[in-house]
Amino acid sequence: MGEKILMKGAEVLGESAIKAGCRLFFGYPITPQNEAPSYMAKRLPEVGGVFVQAESEVAAINMLYGAAASGHRVMTSSSSPGISLMQEGISYIAGAQLPVVLVNVMRGGPGLGNIGPAQGDYFQSVKPGGNGDYHLITLAPMNLQEQIDLIYDAFELADEYRNPAMVLTDGLLGQIMEAVEFHREKDLASLPAKPWAATGINHRKKNLVSSFDLDYDRLEAINHQIQDKYRIVKEKEVRYESYFADDAEVILVAYGTTGRICKAVVDILRSEKYSVGLLRPISLWPFPEKILQQLAQKSTTKGFLVVELSAGQMVEDVKISVNGVKPVHFYGRMGGNVPSPKEIIDIINTIHWEGK
Amino acid sequence: MSPELKQIFKPSPILTPIQRNFCPGCTHGIIHRLVAECLEELQLAEKTVLVIPVGCATLSVDYFELDTIQASHGRAPAVATGVKRSNPDLFVVTYQGDGDLASIGTAEIVHAANRGEKITTIFVNNGIYGMTGGQMAPTTLIGWKTETSPYGREASREGNPIRISEMLSQLNGPAYIARTAVNSPKAVLGTKRAIKKAFTAQMKGLGFSLVEILSTCPTNWGFSPVQSLKRIDDETIPYYPLGEFKVVEGL
Repeated sequence: MGEKILMKGAEVLGESAIKAGCRLFFGYPITPQNEAPSYMAKRLPEVGGVFVQAESEVAAINMLYGAAASGHRVMTSSSSPGISLMQEGISYIAGAQLPVVLVNVMRGGPGLGNIGPAQGDYFQSVKPGGNGDYHLITLAPMNLQEQIDLIYDAFELADEYRNPAMVLTDGLLGQIMEAVEFHREKDLASLPAKPWAATGINHRKKNLVSSFDLDYDRLEAINHQIQDKYRIVKEKEVRYESYFADDAEVILVAYGTTGRICKAVVDILRSEKYSVGLLRPISLWPFPEKILQQLAQKSTTKGFLVVELSAGQMVEDVKISVNGVKPVHFYGRMGGNVPSPKEIIDIINTIHWEGK
Repeated sequence: MSPELKQIFKPSPILTPIQRNFCPGCTHGIIHRLVAECLEELQLAEKTVLVIPVGCATLSVDYFELDTIQASHGRAPAVATGVKRSNPDLFVVTYQGDGDLASIGTAEIVHAANRGEKITTIFVNNGIYGMTGGQMAPTTLIGWKTETSPYGREASREGNPIRISEMLSQLNGPAYIARTAVNSPKAVLGTKRAIKKAFTAQMKGLGFSLVEILSTCPTNWGFSPVQSLKRIDDETIPYYPLGEFKVVEGL
């Protein structure tokens, strides 16, 4: 700790989890995140942990369910089609209110798509993809150092709220190498107690981990309790980076890899004296609605441009937040393509910004 | 209790004293009692985690004084794997029906068995989907009429009934695989012996163990409880022979 090392994104995922006190990883091979399970297969036995290659993503997510139900920090990583296969299990985990950490290294879709970077699983993560009323606490890093922090925080948040947390990255972040520093390490003795876990009845009252209740009123009450929890998450856990957005005429909104590119766009345009800023959501759920509302209300703000590696998903949440107060434009690339800063600058220049 | 009377039998304390919601004549109750008695006699209850499936057996989340996890349809062996791998000292049991284990959950049971996961599966096979109202299962016998095989199962159309115990016993991972029945007092006692042996295999860390128990479904078979028990002898056992299919050395 305290020293910078050069690591690949998918390997950083693994080491971040270990530093966060995770000693269990269940996964299934899928590109572009294969270095994460490979890293864990090698590294976990060194720290007294367990790696199991599951027979499928369906089995992997249910292994997570079992490990979390019996009180342990546990993680899996996968990529888009694999995360699709996990949706039923994720819904059960949310219903049974279990803390797990999931990583989706998003790739081009739909279907088999390709292994290039994409952000087409935003809806699946934040709306989310399985059955019933639940949410994943969804965090999106823009570089590997932030990925380290967000995986650590994802474990903490998952435990605090007894809810699955998703770290949403993409094929670019999975495959790049960057110098990173692991500056936090969870003391295993300080992991939170889980008195609700199934660990053998051992002379206490029975613990039942379940998302099942035949009684309508009881199940509704459980749903209300989950929604109450989500209200607290929405109040307390919103994260974003506001980069020259306060006085900007044009505000870019982008997360993850596109957030990083848009930051470069802001730097370029600010150096040319253009009034451009960036609002980069870090928590995609809870979504930073309030700051977007506030920015929309500013007299200096002429409008927003949302940039995604998708056909337009997060833009819907931006529009809900802005609520028609200012125009919201969209630019997206798909199929594994990533826009250059120049491409985005050209788009900014083609838009008719009111009063410009 | 008067001093002359001595209590010689009582329900297992592992069974929660509430009303069961199984149909009349269903053998889940007998199997629950046997599982509870074996856990009690082997002094395993305090460290047991029971993984409950989707189907009629889902009702069992309320029936055992054991730490219990309710799994999604077919995935109990994967959930049990997660529990056991993270807590090797726990005693982990899955309780699954034939729709759960032999249809939607074939991948999970085959691979848990093949990995030699140190868990025990109680596999209740009555050849039909009960909870959903009597649909054909992979284990439904040829000729049996169900909601989704209304003209009787035909091998050319629906394939042949799947023999799970024989199939799993081909793998190296399992330590103990047996098929038993509960349609007579003698069969009940045989099932208890098999469950105990399967639990012992897990206790000794020998590998995966499974007891397939031939069961009835009077409601969806459209048979009386007594006729149902007889049908096990007449039709089920001839296709699904009883016996031990795998017993590793040291058990």
